[in-house]
Amino acid sequence: MRMEKIATREAYGKALVKLGEKNQDVVVLDADLSKSTKTEEFAKAFPERFINVGIAEQNMMGTAAGLAASGKIPFVSSFAMFATGRAFEQIRNTVAYPELNVKIAASHAGISVGEDGASHQSVEDISIIRSIPNMTVIVPSDAVETEAAVMAAAEIKGPVYIRMGRMAVPTVNGEDYRFQWGKGVVFREGTDVLLVGTGLMVDVCLRAAEGLQQEGISAGVLNIHTIKPIDGETIIRMAKATGAVVTAEEHSIIGGLGSAVAEVLCESYPVPMKRVGINDAFGESGKPMELLSKFGLDPQSVMAAAKDVIRRKKQL
Amino acid sequence: MDIQELNLLEEKARQIRKNIIAMLKEAGSGHPGGSLSAADILTVLYFKEMNINPESPRAPERDRFVLSKGHAAPVLYAALAERGFFPREDLLSLRKTGAKLQGHPDMNRVPGVEISTGSLGQGLSAANGMALAGKLDKASYRVYAMIGDGECQEGQIWEAAMFAAHYKLDNLVAFLDHNGLQIDGRITHVMSPEPLDEKWRAFGWHVQIIDGHSFPEIINALAQAREVKGKPSMIIANTVKGKGVSFMEDVAGWHGKAPKPEEAEQALAELDQRGVR
Ligand SMILES: Cc1ncc(C[n+]2csc(CCOP(=O)(O)OP(=O)(O)O)c2C)c(N)n1
Ligand SMILES: [Mg+2]
Repeated sequence: MRMEKIATREAYGKALVKLGEKNQDVVVLDADLSKSTKTEEFAKAFPERFINVGIAEQNMMGTAAGLAASGKIPFVSSFAMFATGRAFEQIRNTVAYPELNVKIAASHAGISVGEDGASHQSVEDISIIRSIPNMTVIVPSDAVETEAAVMAAAEIKGPVYIRMGRMAVPTVNGEDYRFQWGKGVVFREGTDVLLVGTGLMVDVCLRAAEGLQQEGISAGVLNIHTIKPIDGETIIRMAKATGAVVTAEEHSIIGGLGSAVAEVLCESYPVPMKRVGINDAFGESGKPMELLSKFGLDPQSVMAAAKDVIRRKKQL
Repeated sequence: MDIQELNLLEEKARQIRKNIIAMLKEAGSGHPGGSLSAADILTVLYFKEMNINPESPRAPERDRFVLSKGHAAPVLYAALAERGFFPREDLLSLRKTGAKLQGHPDMNRVPGVEISTGSLGQGLSAANGMALAGKLDKASYRVYAMIGDGECQEGQIWEAAMFAAHYKLDNLVAFLDHNGLQIDGRITHVMSPEPLDEKWRAFGWHVQIIDGHSFPEIINALAQAREVKGKPSMIIANTVKGKGVSFMEDVAGWHGKAPKPEEAEQALAELDQRGVR
């Protein structure tokens, strides 16, 4: 099961076509990146419901708001950098404030964009989107979860942000996977440390947990696909079982999953904690896998962080 | 025009194009189409027009060039290396982990890169800022910029257009690389920005339309732009995306794809055979 590697954006392209067949109100907008975001699949199947706005992300977001206000269910795609960066205030004021039914499905998030470099590697999008009221923020871990999240997003009312990647990632969820809004997915229970991952870092956490097990350390693994609203209940339950928490995300440690988990734990059940992520830096060009290890987004770094929080727990 | 000078420019343009192909092949990713369409214009800027000195890339009086369509970084790097801003060997490090030649231009890593670009629509505003600073400082330097025709779909381009005319930035010359293509196809099919000449004129710019692969036309347009007072200059350069490599010419699919080794070999052979005009 974990052998097959598919990019979440690929799964998005396929899911959109299924959704388009099911629901006539679904329309898709893109800003000259349909080959990369994979909305071209939908464009081929339903050309009359595909709108290419050109290289104009701000206009795209406002247009989606108008379509939503008129009963359509727009899925809006670009790279995460431009969707959330360029069009931030359009999202904030014309989509989220009026609570319009716009689904922002952004691809090429994180440093695994690779060779294009920092200008195209969004490591701040979770942070800025999470701070907007009315927003739901989803970061699927693999192709299976992406498809499920896309189908579910069309069913709920209101703005949703779905964050996807360029690189092919291992499939961690089984065929029988059921997506539940705002509910973390428990992969393993543990007693020594809890690893909370999102996106492609869920697989990294699973591999870290296996490595830790070989060293006699029992690690729980929790996939938080819905970063907002966050599943505080499961996080607290598993933090109680382990007494030490590591978060892992392909995003800045400022404002992303790590911050969201810290907010929950600090207020309700403080335990030693460490955030694995991008340490307040811009990305750079390089091969995706090289960059992931250069920036410490690999099983070794998660294992080291786990040992660090376990050591701090013992000092308490 | 001096035939020797034209031959020299022709050779430089050939070398720049060959380096673009070699770099992209080695990198395994990147943007050949919009790099090749801009190659002749950058050749004239870096080998005739601009007052620059590779020995002191930050000299206050230097002319500036802003590549607003930052994905065409390979043409900028090739021109800078050819002009002596850094060793040619560095070109082959393009897009590799830790390299100074990032996928999109980084002003803090590469001498001669005036501003970091890559997100479309933002470079012209930065060029405005440089031109305005020149006016405030009563400096004599000129500012050059290049934008894409697809890039003209960004709203910020038109905010910058309004600004440059309002501040009478006659020390600013922008080239519009009018190759007719963006990623998803023809610009007129995706989201037409036409008529571009009338739009720029209506925004208060002095507008010229030229063949962006003709050295005499590029040189003349730049000379004419120097005579314009009280207005920024727009040179709409009709170009062919992928120019110089037969299988890349006017094909949208070569926007952001590196040539495979066999393709690169064919491209280099074609460029070698290209006659002097
Ligand atoms: C704000 C922003 N949106 C999208 C992109 C992705 N992108 C890179 S190049 C490109 C097409 C550019 O077309 P054009 O300006 O015509 O350039 P050229 O044909 O000269 O390559 C797009 C959409 C980007 N770099 N920046
Ligand atoms: Mg173009």
